[in-house]
Amino acid sequence: MDGIKKSPWILHYDGTSCNGCDIEVLACLTPLYDVERFGMINTGNPKHADVFLITGSVNEQNIPVVKQLYEQMPDPKVVIAVGICATSGGIFAECYNVAGGVDKVIPVDVYVPGCAARPESIIDGVVKGLEILGEKKKKAGKKQ
Amino acid sequence: MVAITVFLLFPMVAALAIFLVKHDAARSMLVRISAVITALLTLVVVGIFFKDGIRMACPWEEEIDLIIVAVEVIIAAYIITLGIRNKKYVISILSFLQTAAILVFEFGFKEGITVQTAIVFDKLTAIMALVIGLVGSLICIYAVGYMKDYHNHHKEYKERKSFFFSILFLFLSAMFGIVLSNNLVWMYFCWEITTLCSFLLIGYTQTEEAKNNSLRALLINLGGGVAFAAAIIFIGMYYHTLELSVLTQKNPDAVIMIPVFLLSIAALTKSAQLPFSSWLLGAMVAPTPTSALLHSATMVKAGVYLIIRLAPLLGPTSVGRVVTFGGGVTFLACSLMAISQSDGKKILAYSTLANLGLIVICASAGTQESLWAAILLIIFHAVSKSLLFISVGSAEHQIGNRNVENMDLLMGVSSKLAFYMMIGIAGMFLAPFGMLVSKWVAMKALIDSDNVIIVIILAYGSAATLFYWAKWMGKLVSKVNMGHKNHHELSLDEELPITILAVLVVISCFTFPLVSRYALEPYLTEVYKSTALIPIETSDIKLMLCMLSMLILLPISFIPIYKNDKRRKVPIYMAGENTGDNQTFYGAMGVKQKVEMRNWYMEDFFGAHKLTFLSNALCTAILVVGVILLIGGLA
Amino acid sequence: MNIVRIIAIIIFTPLVGGLITGVDRIISARLQGRQGPPLLQPFYDVLKLTEKESIEVNSMHRFFVYVSLVFVVFTTLILLSGGDILLAIFALTLGSVFFVLGGYASNSPYNTIGSERELLQIMSYEPMVLLTCIGLYYAEHSFFIRDIVSAEKPSILYLPGVFIGLVFVLTFKLRKSPFDLSMSHHGHQEIVKGITTEYSGKDLAVIEVTHWYEVIISLTLVYVFFATAAPISHVFAVIACLVVYLFEIIVDNGSARVKWQQALKSAWVVTAIMGTVNLLILSYF
Repeated sequence: MDGIKKSPWILHYDGTSCNGCDIEVLACLTPLYDVERFGMINTGNPKHADVFLITGSVNEQNIPVVKQLYEQMPDPKVVIAVGICATSGGIFAECYNVAGGVDKVIPVDVYVPGCAARPESIIDGVVKGLEILGEKKKKAGKKQ
Repeated sequence: MVAITVFLLFPMVAALAIFLVKHDAARSMLVRISAVITALLTLVVVGIFFKDGIRMACPWEEEIDLIIVAVEVIIAAYIITLGIRNKKYVISILSFLQTAAILVFEFGFKEGITVQTAIVFDKLTAIMALVIGLVGSLICIYAVGYMKDYHNHHKEYKERKSFFFSILFLFLSAMFGIVLSNNLVWMYFCWEITTLCSFLLIGYTQTEEAKNNSLRALLINLGGGVAFAAAIIFIGMYYHTLELSVLTQKNPDAVIMIPVFLLSIAALTKSAQLPFSSWLLGAMVAPTPTSALLHSATMVKAGVYLIIRLAPLLGPTSVGRVVTFGGGVTFLACSLMAISQSDGKKILAYSTLANLGLIVICASAGTQESLWAAILLIIFHAVSKSLLFISVGSAEHQIGNRNVENMDLLMGVSSKLAFYMMIGIAGMFLAPFGMLVSKWVAMKALIDSDNVIIVIILAYGSAATLFYWAKWMGKLVSKVNMGHKNHHELSLDEELPITILAVLVVISCFTFPLVSRYALEPYLTEVYKSTALIPIETSDIKLMLCMLSMLILLPISFIPIYKNDKRRKVPIYMAGENTGDNQTFYGAMGVKQKVEMRNWYMEDFFGAHKLTFLSNALCTAILVVGVILLIGGLA
Repeated sequence: MNIVRIIAIIIFTPLVGGLITGVDRIISARLQGRQGPPLLQPFYDVLKLTEKESIEVNSMHRFFVYVSLVFVVFTTLILLSGGDILLAIFALTLGSVFFVLGGYASNSPYNTIGSERELLQIMSYEPMVLLTCIGLYYAEHSFFIRDIVSAEKPSILYLPGVFIGLVFVLTFKLRKSPFDLSMSHHGHQEIVKGITTEYSGKDLAVIEVTHWYEVIISLTLVYVFFATAAPISHVFAVIACLVVYLFEIIVDNGSARVKWQQALKSAWVVTAIMGTVNLLILSYF
């Protein structure tokens, strides 16, 4: 059985976000959307997390932070870039301090566009991420 | 007879010899040899007399009495001049009072009082002798290594090692005297010798603080001595006997409560129970072997030993209840105050007070089961606490201070020492280890003897005990595998006693059912004239031993798992700002900040300055109530 | 006690504990107006954790977690086979202390703070738990659970105060608000995940399973207050356990986490009033 698909725990990291997407991420936890139906929990701790959910672009300041958090997550793991800033840098892409989308720093598995991304699309993105998570687990199993 | 005489006198002779040898290496060798011989003698004597015990009169009683009086007068003269020189006149007065009283009694009223059995060696004596002989001599060996380091670290103190070692041995001799003599006058004499020795040992460094604290110890213990002397005179004049065993077989009526109360006071001062506890806390200025010797195996155990002997007269009597409550308050207050301490030796001191309080509770509750717990507590406490004291002493030399906050370094500097220290701590409070076995039985015994309030005190005190030991243990394990570079080696003189004591802690936990069957049950049967049984169910003992084995086997069983399970190591979570060395993080403006983690001390709740006065007042009130009850009982 | 029974206890206890946790999560969600996860969610979580990679910060800290589990299982065995309740509590304390040491051993700021808070929690609930054992001994003259549950009258008749005190401190043991200082089951906490922050994969799964055992241990303590020689009483005892657990869930959802000062004070004061007064009255009659 694929336990990992039934219990994705999320680490939510806020890059150079305007907080719009963050509000929408938190909205997923509310009774209206209730992501805990799918066993999702917002852990806030990389060591417990399976899904790395980033909002906002990455900048010079937080590149090492994003890398470290990614390193601190146990395999298998997926990265989901939420919102247009996280996918490409969005309107901040040309800023002097912005490196661009999250994929400039760590490999991204799912892109969720939108400004701000709607809760429905965030949930959709995570569910897509779960498929990838399952595949990654299978691959890791074959390697061993 | 010969064996016992040699046993008693050997440490004294050793003390003299050590005092005279001035060459350092030769003296160290002499100390080691004497310590080993003392331990062997203890084993031999216990081996010979353990089965049947011995009760005997002494052939040269008159002569010994005269020698004792002479020595007492000399000691009194010394103490009186000392008191005058240091302007502590109370000390002089107390010393004068008790010596004068004893002299008057000796030459005026002692006619016609014959002592049939001056020396009693029963199972309890055997246990005490083993504790004193083995733990004591181990500490003496340890002292050889420790004092060398001590004077390397503290150049400012005058080196008086031969004096120090000889006093240690004299002390052992006096302790043997206390547990062997049934004649109260002799016991009193040894009692006073321990007082004097503790004074000399505490004042070893001759600093202002050491002097003051040693004088305080002298003062309080002399106060206890006065009570002891008064008790002797009362017993002699009223009951025409001087034998402890005769006294304890009397009916607990109102009159006998007077000497019992006085003796209890003497015992409480020696065991440093509140409100007499300040001397023990002050005694921590002394070099560590002193603390280890005074506060684990010997001095303080003399007090509880006396209470155990008096137990048949305590129990539900008024004096018994008063002593029990005094012990209860001491246990609770000191356990709580230990939480607020960060100095390793201070924690040990408070925990010693608390544990002595527990022993006093058990001994004075006076039932078979509680006495069983009390005697086992003495054994377990002696080995665990001496192990802790000497490992803290060594740790101080290894890491530079004895603050528990800094002991996280210890695992890197000397992992062996940290490991032994953890065994000692575990011995003090964790489940399958000894102290907890006794605490468990104590609870049961106290409920059976209807001491509800004491049981509740025990519950709170145990919780506090757990807190301060566990946080210490936590510090010890908190920097494992952090890649330390500087390793220190322990000298063999230090390592050997520490190792042996650590092994003893574990062995004592495995063998307590045997101790119970061959020593405690026969002793308690004899004292109470009804068959004593081990107060723990057999199935429980099996489970306990099972737990203990698990604790020993689990680390071993983990080795293969660790070997086969290579894992990815990642930095500690510090919100993504860990610099990679797990010690620092990037703060504002990219500056590296050090992570510092301190334990909780909760000064607002358990600060010593708050609780000391309160608990002292409470204990004093309890003693006053005791006096009132005593007078009320007579009237 | 035979081998089959031991194995049955070791296997079924976490199953029941996990189910209760699943129900707990659903009820909590419903109280918040959500649908909540499936009933078997706790098992999915643990399954996932065992399938994941286990990373570590040093090679020591996981050792303590496994030892902790061993002793908690040991406690469960003693309790459910009718053994000595006081010994069981001591074994449980040993397990808890190892858990705390694991937190210290990881040397992480969040874990260390979690450990210290956990220690404080142990100190807060320990007196009441000990007094519970003592109260049961007073009422039934035995520390053995098999004797206590075969008494004529249920212990609750003698020990209403002790029972209330016990329910109060069970909040600590079940890691429920307002006393979930060291680690919380809810998403975020001010100290990340407290004492479990540095654990991942199998080690975290072990911690979850340990908690399931602890849930059953806590409810067993409630159970013995109601069970008697009469078979029907065991039904009541189970109902009482469920009611207590429901009560804890409601309290959990209805209150905010308190500061450690309040946690310690309130636990000790409740112990002093409920436990002590009850025992004093009992000892005089």
